[in-house]
Amino acid sequence: MTTTSDREQMAYVAAQAADARVNVELDTGDMTLNIGPQHPATHGTLRIACKLDGEQVVVAEPIMGYMHRGYEKLCEVRTYPQCTTLVNRIDWLGSFANEVPFILAAERLMEVEAPPRAQWIRTILFELSRIANLSLFLGDMGVQIGALTPVFFAFRDRERVLNQIEEVTGGRFHPNFDRIGGLKDDIPKGWVDETRSVMTKMRTFCDEMEDLLVGNEIFQARCRGVGVIPADVALGHGLSGANLRASGIDWDLRRDANPGLAWDQIDWRVWTHPDGDSFARYWVRLQETREATRIVDQLLDGIPTGPIMAKVPRIIKVPAGEAYVSTENPLGEMGYYIVSKGDLGPFRVKIRTPSFNNISVVPWVMKGVYVPDVITILGSLYFILGDIDR
Amino acid sequence: MGDEQKPEEPSPSDEGREKLLNELSASLGETLIESHLRAHEDLWLRVRVENWSDAVRTARAAGFLYFGFLSAIDWDIAPEGRYEDTEFDEGLTEEDEQPVELDASSGYAGGDSRFQLLAQLYSLERQLGLLLKADVGDDMTVDTIRDIFPGADWHERETHEMFGITFQGHPTLHPLYLPTEFEGHPLRKDFPLLARHVKPWPGVVDIEEIPEHLEAQLEAEVMAAFEAEGGEV
Amino acid sequence: MTTLLALPYWQETAIKLGVALAVIPTTSLILVYLFLFKMMAFMQSRLGPNDTGPYGSLQLIAEAIKFLQKEDIHPAQADRRVFRMAPVVVLASTFLLYVVLPAGPDAVVQNLDTGVFYAMAVSSLSVLGILMAGWASANKYALLGGLRAAGQLIAYELPLILAVMGVVVQAETLNLQGIVHAQATGEIFGFGAIGNPFILTQFLAFLIFMIAAQAELTQTPFDMPVAETELVGGFHVEYTGFRFLLFFMAEFGTAFAFSALAAVMFLGGWWIPGFDVDDNILNILGPGVMLAKILLVAFFIFWVRFTYPRLREDQLQKFAWKILIPLALANIVLTGIFKVVF
Repeated sequence: MTTTSDREQMAYVAAQAADARVNVELDTGDMTLNIGPQHPATHGTLRIACKLDGEQVVVAEPIMGYMHRGYEKLCEVRTYPQCTTLVNRIDWLGSFANEVPFILAAERLMEVEAPPRAQWIRTILFELSRIANLSLFLGDMGVQIGALTPVFFAFRDRERVLNQIEEVTGGRFHPNFDRIGGLKDDIPKGWVDETRSVMTKMRTFCDEMEDLLVGNEIFQARCRGVGVIPADVALGHGLSGANLRASGIDWDLRRDANPGLAWDQIDWRVWTHPDGDSFARYWVRLQETREATRIVDQLLDGIPTGPIMAKVPRIIKVPAGEAYVSTENPLGEMGYYIVSKGDLGPFRVKIRTPSFNNISVVPWVMKGVYVPDVITILGSLYFILGDIDR
Repeated sequence: MGDEQKPEEPSPSDEGREKLLNELSASLGETLIESHLRAHEDLWLRVRVENWSDAVRTARAAGFLYFGFLSAIDWDIAPEGRYEDTEFDEGLTEEDEQPVELDASSGYAGGDSRFQLLAQLYSLERQLGLLLKADVGDDMTVDTIRDIFPGADWHERETHEMFGITFQGHPTLHPLYLPTEFEGHPLRKDFPLLARHVKPWPGVVDIEEIPEHLEAQLEAEVMAAFEAEGGEV
Repeated sequence: MTTLLALPYWQETAIKLGVALAVIPTTSLILVYLFLFKMMAFMQSRLGPNDTGPYGSLQLIAEAIKFLQKEDIHPAQADRRVFRMAPVVVLASTFLLYVVLPAGPDAVVQNLDTGVFYAMAVSSLSVLGILMAGWASANKYALLGGLRAAGQLIAYELPLILAVMGVVVQAETLNLQGIVHAQATGEIFGFGAIGNPFILTQFLAFLIFMIAAQAELTQTPFDMPVAETELVGGFHVEYTGFRFLLFFMAEFGTAFAFSALAAVMFLGGWWIPGFDVDDNILNILGPGVMLAKILLVAFFIFWVRFTYPRLREDQLQKFAWKILIPLALANIVLTGIFKVVF
């Protein structure tokens, strides 16, 4: 039982502690502010320890590992087909895109090639997951800087894309649809036309975002010139995806290092922006979403006929060897380095995730910015926590 | 895409990568131990670990400005195996279960130590990737490349905590993912995967065996479908 | 002036007090339901609450009960007395605002001769409560939020007052009833059928007033003190249950009061064209007219809130000191010149 004197004692200690803390904070110039692990701007459990001078950040250090699931270790004790279930959950907003490079790496080692029809449908689903992923970013960036409405539009329209993915794969978030040598199933009847109308709607969504955010003076005031990443810093940190292209570097793995999907057979362009600031990153992603709808439209027109699966043995053993395959995922370069010993499962898998590299630039870019800019920069770098921690 | 690579197949030479290999072996000289090239796929170079940072610098000077990743490979045989000794694995033949005993020398570009360092760089001009390897000696120490590619900072921290490789000259090698008081290096092969000890994995083969009398029939149906589509297997 | 009812002073005061006390929660409920729940939902292509009662109108009752049931939590290191007092101070400022808001020739709690001055003075009291909340929470987010609120509210107090000065100069009175009279009896180039709502002559002042009011109410694009995505709620991050409800009511009660001030000073207040200004019937119709005008003004406040992103603190200060205040000063000078010339 707690006696009264005990309670008094505790209250006294607490009061003293409070006094001491207040005094210490008044004396020193810097205040440490932990943004996260639970904070609306961190999309999960990233923690950014900021040293503040007033509202200005002196040092910002990301601290992660709150969601580290050890996928590289887990892949070592699974068979190849089982691994896709894991890698699905790395970037949970664009899951199908995670499976593709893994499967491609395994196919490269097995010297199997998926039939053309499978490659095209893979590419379509890849671009659909890009749209699903990036459309959420386009709305969420608004919330990060205080505009509540865009994110609701984003959720509304992303749902249409998820429905299309679900119709083919059976899963909205974790399709687990890609197989070594092809795909699990063919596309259902009528899906092509439905997808085409969804793409039209997504273009309308992009126009809405352009009106609501890109053209908005306050949005521009908050984003232009904030978090500028020059090209050499972006390269040195291995930034990828829209973050790299927003720094003016014309590099897209879909065009420059195509691992065999259908991108080289259609007409599309890579968008870049010279500024390297948060606005440029938003703008590039907006254009990319739009471009992705165009890519899907073109791909839908020309799906070749033929089988959906190449002939592969039922029990898959991948010959000994090493392969690194990376693709241009919604977040950036996602690659798998697979070391095989001719076994049922990989011997070692190194997962190169885009967000890990993208976030590593945070300490560099956040020196001297204001607290609201921290949120803008975090939002515009666009990371997904599963993609950092793996 | 199948159609794209078919014209290339008759001539497996990869001019870009071969030219690159010649250039780099000239500039690396003694540092380069072995190289491996898979045409139209990738180029592996194994360099001396003492000259690790020099090799990276040379690669950077050769136009490899983009930092991909840095990690390591543990070539040891895991004492626990792959935790596949469950009753559900009977579908495998004797041959399937044979463990394949290979060490670092079996990897591309060879190797003669348990731990191998691995880094990937891109050259945007050449549109080529490059994989650098280095054998890590018993002292488990490598020079940092943090000053060449600032992005390597976190990758080296991760490699340090996962494999126990120390990067000389790296000021903040404290853990990135693991708690500070964590002991051991999880990605080493001798680090037990506790989850599998606690709860056995249901098995490697998670597909149901097709009854024999159905198998031939299914096969015939699939083949008929392929041929009806006019596709080739 | 005629009086609606001939009652002893204490009875009249008691009725007015009761009405005012009942009006504040009701008004904030109306605003929350109408704008925060329904309008916001429709703007964001959602339905909003629609299960509880007709069109979800009873949702608020459920919310209020939820807040009342919640445990009253104090952070361990909070300055408990200040922590408890802060929401009351903020709400008190809202209550005091309602004292001078007129809804008819006699439908006003207290017709002060310096009504405008009084309203501006008590509205800035809330800064004190917000600072107290931010400081006493012993939370860094709350402290940052409180400091931001202090800086922001003081910066926007000035353009608010300066904008009102234009109206005061034109109406030649500080009395809110007097301002309504001036608008009702005013003429536009000899045409007096609709009076002279000051929004026509003082349009610049109206704009400045609305922008500054938006900042006073800490609504987007000036909501840095609460800023959910950066400061996770700012000064009220540690408040739960009933105390949070007080902040919430104060926020919307003040929004209502500021809309009412705008309606009185710029939109002609409770007067209906065609009626005599002192007509007794306006005591009955006036509140309805006022409510319509208030909801119109509040609609704009919330429309902006749901549409715009938030500014940064330094941009907000720049906007206040470099744009709004010079404009407001220019407006006063112009009004003065026109007043003398015409």
